[in-house]
Amino acid sequence: MSTKKKTAWNVGLIAGLLILLFLLEQVMPSSSMLFTVLKKGAIYALVAVSMNLLNGFTGLFSLGQAGFMLLGAYTYAILTIPVEARNSVYQYFDGGIIQFALPVPVALVAGGIVAAIFAYLIGLPVLRLKSDYLAIATLGFAEIIRAVFQWDKLGPITNGSNLLRNFPSFRSVLFPFVVAGICIALIVMLINSTYGRAFKAIRDDEIAAEAMGINLAHHKRLAFVISSFFAGVSGGLLAMYQTTIQASMFKSAMTYEILLIVVIGGIGSVTGSCISSFLFIACSEWWLRFLDNENFYIGGFHVPLLRPGFRKVVFAIVIMVVVLFYRQGIMGTREFSVEGIANFFKRKFGGNKKKKGGASHE
Amino acid sequence: MSKENVLKVENVTMQFGGVIAVDNMNLTVDKGEIVSLIGPNGAGKTTAFNVITGVYAPTNGAVYYKEHKIIQNYPQGKMKKLYRGENPMTYTGQHAIAPTPDKITRLGIARTFQNIRLFKSQTVFENILIAKHMLRTSNIFTATFRLNGKEEAQMRRESEELLHLMELDDVRDELATSLPYGKQRHLEIARALATKPELLLLDEPAAGMNPQETLELTQFIGRIRDEFGLTIFMIEHHMDLVMEISDRIYVLDFGKPIAEGTPEEIRNNPRVIEAYLGGAQDE
Repeated sequence: MSTKKKTAWNVGLIAGLLILLFLLEQVMPSSSMLFTVLKKGAIYALVAVSMNLLNGFTGLFSLGQAGFMLLGAYTYAILTIPVEARNSVYQYFDGGIIQFALPVPVALVAGGIVAAIFAYLIGLPVLRLKSDYLAIATLGFAEIIRAVFQWDKLGPITNGSNLLRNFPSFRSVLFPFVVAGICIALIVMLINSTYGRAFKAIRDDEIAAEAMGINLAHHKRLAFVISSFFAGVSGGLLAMYQTTIQASMFKSAMTYEILLIVVIGGIGSVTGSCISSFLFIACSEWWLRFLDNENFYIGGFHVPLLRPGFRKVVFAIVIMVVVLFYRQGIMGTREFSVEGIANFFKRKFGGNKKKKGGASHE
Repeated sequence: MSKENVLKVENVTMQFGGVIAVDNMNLTVDKGEIVSLIGPNGAGKTTAFNVITGVYAPTNGAVYYKEHKIIQNYPQGKMKKLYRGENPMTYTGQHAIAPTPDKITRLGIARTFQNIRLFKSQTVFENILIAKHMLRTSNIFTATFRLNGKEEAQMRRESEELLHLMELDDVRDELATSLPYGKQRHLEIARALATKPELLLLDEPAAGMNPQETLELTQFIGRIRDEFGLTIFMIEHHMDLVMEISDRIYVLDFGKPIAEGTPEEIRNNPRVIEAYLGGAQDE
């Protein structure tokens, strides 16, 4: 298939998806769990892809994602709370010191930029470390950021450990889809550019990459800063989704959730991260909910064991099973593509049954 | 051929802790030459390569590329007391120059590795294309938004040409690691050539090859020297190959150069026979 045809197919698919979402929103009640999952899934897809850019494509094992999301979320919230609402939000800090509000898109980008600036500064010392040590250092950074943002002395800006609220949020599921979609498209374009190839070279063999004239420090910093930028944007989206934020939300458990999404989707597969993000959110928030219901009957049979929290047990088992059967994650390093599905059907000629799409090597 | 120095290694000593791996090495490689570095295992040949390519900063000494000083160091810190090599004061007080390997490559010195280091998850074509990255003029924004279309097309075209020249086009889309050993070596050389070097350092290009493959490699190295106008400096153990194509040979033993000369001179040099060749002939 020619490149143009492929692009046309992809654009068509994305447009179709957006139209479908739009129609769904008209038909179904907005309180439906489906929309919750879609919204949160889109946001997690973005942060998972940004983490994949670093872990999967550049080979830098970083666990600072929650910290950068926090920076993005706070920057977004602080910059967009309407001036008239500031007195009630910053009630312990005389309305805070920032007395202006920016438009939503500007604030989202600003969130990304703040995260990127922090990433640059942190990256200077930290990116000299390798593998596990880098992971520990970035994890530490995320924890420090979380503590600092709860500090009273910074209250006039961050509202201390109190909630930030009243900032603009989104109602339609289209908003996070469009924003996350644009960001993921940018990341994919980057990965397919000559810089993306250099990132993959660094992942495969640092020494050889350096011998091929690739400046390791520069490229690692680039990947780290860009990944953090998009983590920041997704933090802003998460703030919009939750309508209130607090530094204590951004625990390291959040980073692990994202890491889990990346691993299950396939380290080094963008579409894998997206798919697994929706599956992960759907499983943890929606599909397994019934397990928490103590009075669950099938016909007249009272299902034993079910009680609040049982969902998490099953969820953990599901994850173990997935990891056992898909050692490389659902997608491995392959990408989901129209061409891949077409080839899949060509191979299975005759067996034209509905089946989950095949995949092509990128 | 004019006698222009492409590479000059001057008083280079590399000491790890108390062990001297390269001891006061001096050598020159002139433009268009094929120069070999031979010696028994552990003589410090690869260490010398690593110094020239910036992987290690030498403990003492300097390296010149096309008459420009590119690397220089003198015993500093702990090494001040530990240093047991020669010429300890020659470079002291001057600037230490310690470029990273990528800077050396961008100057025009490309290398291959003793244990092949290809990009494992990439295809043959992508392996070569990656090496073109260092020649880019685009920045990350123009590259992401595809404003560098011309340059990208040129990179791809040149990589294709190189593939063709290296007779690798039939395996273009294979994973690099799925190639047979000999082809992997070819690919590694092709990848080094993609950076458009003037000086090519080959670290045991014939390691693990059978006589037939070695013969082909000998012709191959001669051919790329002529076609790309290269200067080649290589480490090699296969004496057939070394004697066949080298213009000059340096012999290293225990980190110290013990002889230098044309293949004929080296073959008849008693010290070399004792330290190295004699053992090889006994086999």
